[in-house]
Amino acid sequence: MTDLEKRDLTIESAVGQDLPLRSAEAITTEERTQFQMIVTRFLRHKVAVGSLAVFILIVLFAFVGPLLWRYDHTIDRSIPSDEPPSWDHPFGTTRAGQDVMGQVMRGTQQTLKVGFLVALLTTGIGATWGAIAGFYRGRIDSIMMRIVDVIIVIPILVVVLVLAGFTRGTTWLSVALIIGLFGWTSTARVVRGMVLSLREQEFVEASRAMGAGDARIIFRHLLPNTAGVIIVDATLVIATAILVEAALSFLGFGIQIPDTSLGLLIQNAQTAVFTRPWLFYIPGIFIIVIVLTINFIGDGLRDALDPKQQMVRR
Amino acid sequence: MLVYVLRRLAVTIPVLIAATFFTFVLVDLSGDPLQELRFATPPVPEATIRAREVQLYLDRPTVERYWLWLTGIGDTHGDIGILQGKWGPSTQGAMDIGTEIGERFVITLRLVGAATLFALGLAVVTGVISAVKQYSITDNSLTFFGFLALAMPTFWLAALIKEAGIWANQNLGTNFATLGATSPLYYRMEGWEAFMDVVLHLVLPTLTLMLTGYAAISRYQRASMLEVLNSDYIRLARAKGLPNRVVMRRHALRTALIPVVTLAALTVSGALTGAVITETVFRWRGLGTFLTQSIAEYDAFAVMAFLLLAGILVVAANLVADLLYGVLDPRIRYD
Repeated sequence: MTDLEKRDLTIESAVGQDLPLRSAEAITTEERTQFQMIVTRFLRHKVAVGSLAVFILIVLFAFVGPLLWRYDHTIDRSIPSDEPPSWDHPFGTTRAGQDVMGQVMRGTQQTLKVGFLVALLTTGIGATWGAIAGFYRGRIDSIMMRIVDVIIVIPILVVVLVLAGFTRGTTWLSVALIIGLFGWTSTARVVRGMVLSLREQEFVEASRAMGAGDARIIFRHLLPNTAGVIIVDATLVIATAILVEAALSFLGFGIQIPDTSLGLLIQNAQTAVFTRPWLFYIPGIFIIVIVLTINFIGDGLRDALDPKQQMVRR
Repeated sequence: MLVYVLRRLAVTIPVLIAATFFTFVLVDLSGDPLQELRFATPPVPEATIRAREVQLYLDRPTVERYWLWLTGIGDTHGDIGILQGKWGPSTQGAMDIGTEIGERFVITLRLVGAATLFALGLAVVTGVISAVKQYSITDNSLTFFGFLALAMPTFWLAALIKEAGIWANQNLGTNFATLGATSPLYYRMEGWEAFMDVVLHLVLPTLTLMLTGYAAISRYQRASMLEVLNSDYIRLARAKGLPNRVVMRRHALRTALIPVVTLAALTVSGALTGAVITETVFRWRGLGTFLTQSIAEYDAFAVMAFLLLAGILVVAANLVADLLYGVLDPRIRYD
């Protein structure tokens, strides 16, 4: 057997046994899934990774913290009044005798719950709405998008303020539901725009040829293709929802005493900026850090999920 | 141009009407203005409650009440019907919604106008600087500050700026006004003195709204300026030997402003939202506090008046933005 014949035989057996080819293909590096590439791209975005770490710490602080910390957000007679931060009370205490760290834990928890639920609601409603409008086009599209126009005319904080104010007795759940009910319009617009171009592509035609119905095409083929945009949009929605909730509570129409939220804490500490700064700065900094980290994470995700993004960053 | 404006307005009116109907129903379903009266101790006589219901048109179904609010047709007291310039009865004593909201509108318009102008100005300047000096220390710090401004809750910044103003007044001898839209003796002032009084009271709230509103637009300005700077016609303009400032002003900035102008409407809407909060913190008697007060009093018609004005303001800003498009981009024709 000549060398040439031997080589042919190896290739043949390699193909037969699904072994990796030793020719041109062998030069490339190992195969990577889409998900791995996204993770790699995200990890390259240092600010986003740092933000994610900080954000996870804050989530732990808000949800695990209250289980470990000895004080909660309520008034306790054993807590001294108006103490600046110390070892016993790292964030200080209020005049009535509440531990500010306990309050901030509770407030952050409520704030994050609102943010997450709103993100879930708005992406759910907005993506479905936008996808249906974009998929059917024509009259259905114009009716659905006019409804979006109607909701968008009025600034979101104002609508939410009016509704939350008129219903009173608000909890984090009702605040989240109200914000979610009006916050989905921008998601709907973005998703519609994407679906309008996606629906013309071959894979939609292919799935239709295989007998897929409208619902299947929308939910199994079109929406997953907009996932990147939806995820990025969701981060922005969380950030907005947190700011709206805080503003609502600050104005007195959001989460009510005896419960607490970061906005409510700041409202109570409005005039304490110079006299008892820990009451004012700590909840404020928590809001800023939460929103800031979420925005950075969104930025990182946007780059990571964009297939046109190069693997090498500048 | 005129035809275009009219056509745009014709599209806008149904949207506005639908928006008012939608909010009217929501407001109507979510609260009962006579709740306190109904459950008061000692009990209020049935007849009093009935009389209040009739006075506030609560004895009619929601849709009919909306029709009344819009047109005033079928009205028995002669105080309702927005198309006839009547704003409806208020739950807040003898307050006349029209007069009250008219006074407050002027006050809030000052704040919203100043904040929008300054926010846009700051956004364009920082955006252009960031783009021209891309990836420099200046660009990075401006970007970071922009993200910080985006994350800052308006009320927190407002309270901080207000307290800082008070501190400066006490320790540095400055003269910032931290309470109200004008000083209590404003009605006695005239001419220059009155103008300066208004300006002094505007400084801190405008600063607040400017800082919370500029960041998003600044990011867009940076992106669009970068795109333009990397385009071929800018290289051509430079190759022709045009001085840098002409290239920047005439060729780059003018084109780069186009996408940003669309956001002006967004800024007005943001400033209006911000005004609700800023006015509360700085104790202005403007539209924002009118809204919160009306909500606290379950004053449905007053809330509707606010929403209508807010809607008109946003729509008008949108229209102005669209028209500015044509001024900036000679390719756009309105016919």
